[in-house]
Amino acid sequence: MFGLYIALAVLLILGILLLIFRISRLVNVVKGTGNETSETSNNINGILMIVFMVVFFGLAGWYSLVYYDDYVPPIASEHGVLTDKLFWRTMWITGIVFVATNVLLFWFSYKYRYKKNNKALFYPHNNNLELIWTGIPAIVLTWLVITGFLAWDGIMSEAPEESEQIEIMGYQFAWSLRYGGMDNQVGEYDYRLIDAVNDHGVDFSDRSSFDDFKSNNLVIPKGKPVLLKIRAKDVLHSVFIPHMRLKMDAVPGLPTQFWFVANKTTEEIRIEEGNPDFNYELACTEICGRGHFSMKKNVIVLEQDEYDEWKADQASWLSKNPEYMSQVPDNLKELAMVTSGINK
Amino acid sequence: MSTATEAVIDVHAHAEDHHDDHEQSFISKYIFTTDHKTIAKQFLITGILWAVIGAAMSVVFRLQLGFPDANLEWLQPLLGKWITAEGKLDPNFYLALVTMHGTIMVFFVLTAGLSGTFSNFLIPLQIGARDMASGFMNMLSYWFFFISSVIMFISLFIETGPASGGWVVYPPLSALPQAMPGSGLGMTLWLVAMVFFIASSLMGGINYITTVINLRTKGMTFSRLPLTIWAFFLTAVIGLLSFPVLFAAALLLVFDRSFGTSFYLSEIYIGGEALPNVGGSPILYQHLFWFLGHPEVYIVLLPALGITSEVIATNSRKPIFGYKAMIISMMGITFLSFVVWAHHMFVSGLNPFLGSIFMFLTLIIAIPSAVKVFNYLTTLWRGNIVFTPAMLFSIALVSVFISGGITGIFLGNSAIDIQLHDTYFVVAHFHLVMGAAAAFGLLAGVYHWFPKMFGRMMDAKLGYIHFWLTFVGIYAVFFPMHYTGIAGFPRRYYSFTNFDAFSGFTDLNMFISVAAIATFIGQFVFLFNFFYSMYRGRKATANPWKSNTLEWTTPLHPGHGNWVGEIPTVYRWPYDYSKPGADDDFIPQHIPYSQTLESNLPHETELVKLEKEMEEEEIVVNESSKH
Repeated sequence: MFGLYIALAVLLILGILLLIFRISRLVNVVKGTGNETSETSNNINGILMIVFMVVFFGLAGWYSLVYYDDYVPPIASEHGVLTDKLFWRTMWITGIVFVATNVLLFWFSYKYRYKKNNKALFYPHNNNLELIWTGIPAIVLTWLVITGFLAWDGIMSEAPEESEQIEIMGYQFAWSLRYGGMDNQVGEYDYRLIDAVNDHGVDFSDRSSFDDFKSNNLVIPKGKPVLLKIRAKDVLHSVFIPHMRLKMDAVPGLPTQFWFVANKTTEEIRIEEGNPDFNYELACTEICGRGHFSMKKNVIVLEQDEYDEWKADQASWLSKNPEYMSQVPDNLKELAMVTSGINK
Repeated sequence: MSTATEAVIDVHAHAEDHHDDHEQSFISKYIFTTDHKTIAKQFLITGILWAVIGAAMSVVFRLQLGFPDANLEWLQPLLGKWITAEGKLDPNFYLALVTMHGTIMVFFVLTAGLSGTFSNFLIPLQIGARDMASGFMNMLSYWFFFISSVIMFISLFIETGPASGGWVVYPPLSALPQAMPGSGLGMTLWLVAMVFFIASSLMGGINYITTVINLRTKGMTFSRLPLTIWAFFLTAVIGLLSFPVLFAAALLLVFDRSFGTSFYLSEIYIGGEALPNVGGSPILYQHLFWFLGHPEVYIVLLPALGITSEVIATNSRKPIFGYKAMIISMMGITFLSFVVWAHHMFVSGLNPFLGSIFMFLTLIIAIPSAVKVFNYLTTLWRGNIVFTPAMLFSIALVSVFISGGITGIFLGNSAIDIQLHDTYFVVAHFHLVMGAAAAFGLLAGVYHWFPKMFGRMMDAKLGYIHFWLTFVGIYAVFFPMHYTGIAGFPRRYYSFTNFDAFSGFTDLNMFISVAAIATFIGQFVFLFNFFYSMYRGRKATANPWKSNTLEWTTPLHPGHGNWVGEIPTVYRWPYDYSKPGADDDFIPQHIPYSQTLESNLPHETELVKLEKEMEEEEIVVNESSKH
């Protein structure tokens, strides 16, 4: 019944609007107006341009200033400081251009609106002007490119030797983590070895896989390089940790990586943000199906000593699943028993 | 010289014979027509229908994003089982909506609806040709698009839903039916539809290029072409070079899906089994896709910029500032559009060194774009601006082109892109710079050339209402997305409540949704105006905007063949507005310099002599051909 009323109301409003339209048309026809360029409607549109400009810049400026802390997430990685600096530098430069060109656009529209006795200026070209506004953007952009290139080159450089190696694998619809263990080497894998238990497809003929362990949360140390070795099990995914300014696709068949240094522990950022429940999060940013929006992993940043302690406490995957000892080649079995911690 | 003139005369003579056969059946006149003007209208109407569907889809997913707790049961009669028993939108269908919204808007509305309409309509009319080089192929172009549309439309109604892997349909997601329901039959139909679409685009493009090169009327040199034609011409060149690559990408995807090849698939474990495919690369698909995908941005944008150039010059009553600079920058954009594609792939696993090369190339493209903006601004400066609805949309286009273009400088910088990639910042960026800009160009074109299309005027007041609703609406929808983007909100998320980091901004998301719905409703003002004016609009005059280009020299209702009698000869560039000394504030292209002695510039006075010589020559040729 309620739906019917709404439909009736909508119809009624439409009817009234049509009527108004029809009457105004007839009035125009009788008056004989509407054919000629009308100065009134031209003035109204010109003034609306200025009104729009003021309201638009007013609202955008107000929101940008007042809600700054809401829309800029705190930075928690070393390279993030750099990329954010580039971001805001670009913002200042382009922001000035943005405001200046838009103001000119709306101002010219208003100022030079049609007036009966005016005549436009015949001004077809000016090569010096063209050179100026080709040259200046070219110089500014060159500068932006060079600074961007230097930052990018550093971020994408080879990971330092001592990096903590962590394998992160995306699958529909979650992430799974495998740490390099005591030798800090994530062991080899083969997707054909994947089964219900060994979901990473760890290859146990590789000796560096014996001490690998899994973790539910991405636990990393502060101040030490962490190398994420990124892979995907089924379709594309993308690792995204917004506070670390980190993103890299996970591609089946093509391992990718991203190394970074976290510079604030979870404790520190909780104090800084004044939010005792704050957690770093890892999300997926490459469409991967129904549960794309739910691929969350918590990220915990610890002080180095806390991290070492935590790491020492982790039992290797092999020790938790000793039946996989059968996949270890005979000549390595003894080594595997020791390094996996089954024989302690 | 004489052979060229003879050829021209021959074309005229032939076309005049053709012009007489007015007796056409309904089918050959309105359905399987070879008249470029009718084909243009077919593209336009189909494009408008698709735009309504595509925009309605965005309203549905905006409801989900803005009001995640709302009960959507009332949509059940329309969407059926895609609304769950609890009155929620199915997450799979959400992805399908996002995917189809993108596909429809980019390809069917802003490529076919924009290029298809205005290249078809304006190229012969503005260069002075009777029709396209091949009217038959032009007809096929529309009907391939129609078949493509029908297939895509059918795919909306199948049980497993339409393609849902995002409009880029990256494999393996799009290649594996077990990955999501939309990758089953829906994806097959998507690929088939796109194959027809590509064929349609190519046939259209070949025609546009051939027509512009070969069928220009006498005197219409390339340096006298209106900027619209330059834009359509370059657009067609881009399409011709890049669409085949999408075809290849789609074909390989078909092979991977149906014939067990491994072009894009490697080392996949899904649904409890390891697939046999090894050695393929999903990145290969991304390269192929974006080799079209990026030029595609300019395929939708350049025609809009061309239309804007024409509309802004006409309604500022000023010559477009820097005509040559405009052409050079469009050529620059055309060339650069082919060498920037990998900026969509900075964090895809691409070699980082390649990333830096593409960052460099990408940021170069900002230069010709900036030149165009400055030239538009200078054209407005000291003009005598008439705010027709078309002019308002053109000015708005420049504004959104600036706003959206500037964020491109962030995204083109690979270091900054790490954080912004695949967030709402990207959504805001391309919706402004390509979506809104191209849509504004399309609307400006419709308002401006409606009198030529239908011989009647659209209602200006309704046009103003439509414009302000749309302009304010577009900024209200897309500007706030920059904030959520900087905050890191990822694209294509069904819901944000799973993450602490993304659970803020519910009010802003609600605001965006309300604005989107209002903007959508505002478009019905346009639809009403469009269809009403077609039949009941005020009768147009021959040249309602006092414009210089050739299309306004045709009869009010041009028949097939466009001009009764001879096609006018062109003597000057199309932008002689407000020339000092002239009585009127416009001198159309077909007025010889010998008739405008009072306003000729020094170098043009010399052209008067040349004109005389040409006329004498033509008389000689005419007489000799009579024998």
